[in-house]
Amino acid sequence: MRLALLSVIVAMMCSSSSQGATDSLVVCLPDTTNNMFEPVSQSAREIRELSWLVLGICAAIGLVVEAVLVWSILRFRARPHAAKGEPSQVYGSNSVEIAWTVVPCVIVFVLTLATVRTIREVELTEPPSGALMVIAIGHQWWWEYRYEAEGVVTANELVVPVGRPVWLTLLSADVIHSWWVPRLTGKTDLVPNWTNHTWFNAEQAGIYKGQCAEYCGTQHGGMFLRVEARAPAEFAAWIEEQKQPASVVMAAEQGHQLFTELACMNCHEVVGTSDGTFGPSLTHLMSRSTIGSGVAPLDRDTLRLWIADPSNLKPGCNMPSLKLNDEELDAMVGYLLTLR
Amino acid sequence: MTSPNQHQQSAAKPEPTRALADRLCDWVVTVDHKKLGIMYVAAGIIFFVVAGLEGAAMRAQLAKPGNDLIDPATFNQLFTMHGTTMVFLVGMPILLGMGNYLIPLMVGARDMAFPRLNAFGFWLFIFGAVLLYFSYIGATGLYGTAAAPDVGWFAYAPLTSRTFSRGNATEYWVLGIMVSGFGSITTAINLITTSLCMRCPGMTLMRMPLMVWMMLVVGVLVITALPVLTASQVMLLFDRQLGAHFFDTEAAGSAVLWQHLFWFFGHPEVYILVLPAFGFVSEIIPVFSRKVIFGYPLMVAATVAIGFISLGVWAHHMFAVGLGPELNAFFAASTFLISVPTGIKVFNWMGTMVGGRIRFDSPMLFCTGFVAMFVLGGLTGVMLAVVPFDWQLSDSYFVVAHFHYVLFGGVLLAIFGGIHFWFPKAFGKMLNERLGKATFWFLFIGFNLTFGPMHVMGILGMPRRVYTFPPDRGLDLWNLISSLGVLVQCAGVLCFVWNVILSLRKGKPAGDDPWDAWTLEWATTSPPPEWNFDRIPVATSRRPLWDQKHPEDPDWKYE
Amino acid sequence: MLLVTESFFFASFVMAYIYYIGRSASGPQPKDVLELGPVVGNTIALLASSITIIPAVRAVARGSRGAVLAWLGATIALGAYFVVGTGLEWQKLMEEHGLFLGTNLFGTTFYSLIGFHCFHVIVGLILLSGIWLFSGCGLLKPRDGERVELVSWYWHFVDGVWIVVFTTVYLVGR
Repeated sequence: MRLALLSVIVAMMCSSSSQGATDSLVVCLPDTTNNMFEPVSQSAREIRELSWLVLGICAAIGLVVEAVLVWSILRFRARPHAAKGEPSQVYGSNSVEIAWTVVPCVIVFVLTLATVRTIREVELTEPPSGALMVIAIGHQWWWEYRYEAEGVVTANELVVPVGRPVWLTLLSADVIHSWWVPRLTGKTDLVPNWTNHTWFNAEQAGIYKGQCAEYCGTQHGGMFLRVEARAPAEFAAWIEEQKQPASVVMAAEQGHQLFTELACMNCHEVVGTSDGTFGPSLTHLMSRSTIGSGVAPLDRDTLRLWIADPSNLKPGCNMPSLKLNDEELDAMVGYLLTLR
Repeated sequence: MTSPNQHQQSAAKPEPTRALADRLCDWVVTVDHKKLGIMYVAAGIIFFVVAGLEGAAMRAQLAKPGNDLIDPATFNQLFTMHGTTMVFLVGMPILLGMGNYLIPLMVGARDMAFPRLNAFGFWLFIFGAVLLYFSYIGATGLYGTAAAPDVGWFAYAPLTSRTFSRGNATEYWVLGIMVSGFGSITTAINLITTSLCMRCPGMTLMRMPLMVWMMLVVGVLVITALPVLTASQVMLLFDRQLGAHFFDTEAAGSAVLWQHLFWFFGHPEVYILVLPAFGFVSEIIPVFSRKVIFGYPLMVAATVAIGFISLGVWAHHMFAVGLGPELNAFFAASTFLISVPTGIKVFNWMGTMVGGRIRFDSPMLFCTGFVAMFVLGGLTGVMLAVVPFDWQLSDSYFVVAHFHYVLFGGVLLAIFGGIHFWFPKAFGKMLNERLGKATFWFLFIGFNLTFGPMHVMGILGMPRRVYTFPPDRGLDLWNLISSLGVLVQCAGVLCFVWNVILSLRKGKPAGDDPWDAWTLEWATTSPPPEWNFDRIPVATSRRPLWDQKHPEDPDWKYE
Repeated sequence: MLLVTESFFFASFVMAYIYYIGRSASGPQPKDVLELGPVVGNTIALLASSITIIPAVRAVARGSRGAVLAWLGATIALGAYFVVGTGLEWQKLMEEHGLFLGTNLFGTTFYSLIGFHCFHVIVGLILLSGIWLFSGCGLLKPRDGERVELVSWYWHFVDGVWIVVFTTVYLVGR
């Protein structure tokens, strides 16, 4: 009967170690995992080292304890033709009891030291030198990213340069959220009225995913995180692109007009057209690859579905359906598609 | 309010000469600690089935990625109600109810210290529970009427403020919990007073059964921790109804204050749930191992230590909040520390089993399962106390796995063990042994299938409380296994319910002392008379009945 | 009866905690609208009432009705003075300074903390008045002494809480 639980432990360890062994494969398919045991940043790697240590200690203790338990079950179970009467009554043993008080104390002491050491390495109170400073603001149910020094505002997809540390200032516009991209670093909450920081340095180019880890209301489950690490030159190019004002294409004039006439501009920013802040900035909407904070890939079809009624893709989200007719929908989608 | 009573009805001994209304009335007006205890447990089991179905519905939704069986708003209500119900309406009433039933018997008293207060507490609990569930009919929420609370069982501010939680579903949550909490406080006062002041002659503190010791510590924890919850709920109510600003982050109120207050209650609450389970196990393992408990004084010391330390570990739920390295380190250390007395208990139980002659009747099966599962839950708890590890895994499915190993694999298996152990005492009939064993194996296997994979899901980055998950993260298989495990668990619960119904009708008569046990509750008849003992017993040692059965080698010689 | 004592003892723990919570919340916003003068008067009255209740309890045990009525009456009067004083203070705060529960964090914590304490004083007053009436009707026997003593414990407890509240709100918090 103990087999069941042992196999659980083993399965758990195997799944993490086997995936660790196939690191190279994982880099080719960055979308497939959020495994905390495949770090691509310094802090996540330090956390992994400590986690292996702790997992090892705990697994060892667990195995020993369960083994003794199984042994005593097998060895001391009542047998039908054993001697009658009661076994000898052992009331306790000071030396044994002291032993199993002191030994755990020692283990606990070791764990405390290891924990404190890693806390000091991972939880920085000052930004590392040369860090890219980004403000991340949690909203119900999307993320706002502000690159203050660069003058760039975007949403849901954080683009960072490979190799340079990123210092995130975490704020919340409404309720508590939590920023968690397991392969980059552990989670830190975004608490209203309370400033938090976290940092990471992506060591490989790639897309790293995560999702909001603190229950924040109806669409908590649809509040995905996506960090894209690009080579420094590509990152610089991306910044330049994002700094441009929104493109104006004459062909999309009807959609642009709809955008300004309807409620859109109250919530959404399009530089040069509107300055709403309640919803994600749309200035360079089409430079992103997902919609609705990661609930679907961004293309003409999903965009149309979304504008028709956001709850098609994200039931319960705060954007209302504007109840456009087919013609208006086409115009609106046509306009949004020009926002590159 | 009627359903638990109807259940009582079937539980009561059939007395054909009396009208149904009479017998019902008996149960409603009773101040007998035994009847109240049975009603507590029965109500708890009913709510267990309800909350279990809520959990099963969630697992059905999560069986495959991108499922749309249940919409997100309903899902959020389901996990809120599942958690709230399991903690406040299942764990608390069953454990306090069994304490209610057993403590006076174990200390050789005729009733609790304040019988009427006891009945009052029970009806408060029922009222609070019904109020909470009435929200499904009466409350209005974000999406209209008939909306149960959807703020999560720890109801973090400011999600609970009027801005983010419209309607009055949150009021139902606050008031339901608050009222049933008053009930728990009265019960706790009763338990403390009973175990301190109603002990029979000869029963010194150090002769009390371990179960009584643990309930005593639980009582102290209830009256220190629950008022904090009540106070913070009052503040929340002031915020919502009177426009106060305790947790109003727009007026410089603090969202973190709620977390401190809630977890100052919330963590001791875990020990309020788990200590009685320790108590059951500490009574059952010795009886079935045919040995005295190993290291009684150390067990008592460990219990008291857990009680104290549990008041100083609350912020380990808040490592991701950004309290700063110093506080995080402090709470990590205190949390590690609490694992020491907990470990001592596990070792002592195993020390009791070693060298014994262990009979694996169903109560013992459950208790062995408890030890095995609780060790795993405890160890994942130690892992989560390692702050950086917790930064990765807090609020992930790893945590869900951890606390289900503690609360289901731990507390619930112990509760089932306790029910199988004391059922003959309460009703005078044995439970069916084969069904009992089937219950255990179904629950044990189903439990591991459901909650074992959750460890992996957490490591693979699945946060808790999400209504669905994307297909490209390697989570599909684990979620499917987890959902299938629910079916096995359901089979276990069905076995149990069937067993209870069957045994109440035609179970074997139990006799006074079916397990050949040693504590005072087995010295009276099964079921015990309303006055418990014809003559108040005298405790000659920690195991008064051992002394009677083995006059040649009495226990008191070794104290 | 010992049991009742104990339960009260623990109930008081319960209440102590409620106050403790209120206190931790009251920290952030000190304001300059509180005046010490009338509050000191209130405080003295409440502390004095805690003294006058002692001979009242003894008188119950002795069975001397006159003394009970006098001392208990004095206690009730002092307690009532405290409640009325607090009421006047609140009236002033609301009318002159426009401070309400919903005004700011200070208002929130101030009114709920003081309010909860005052509520307990009123409960104590109701209990004491009940005893006073019983005594007036001659229903109070010396063997009820223990019960009265419990009420007096409660009264001392409320008094002790006030010392904490006073220190927090009017001395530290100001």
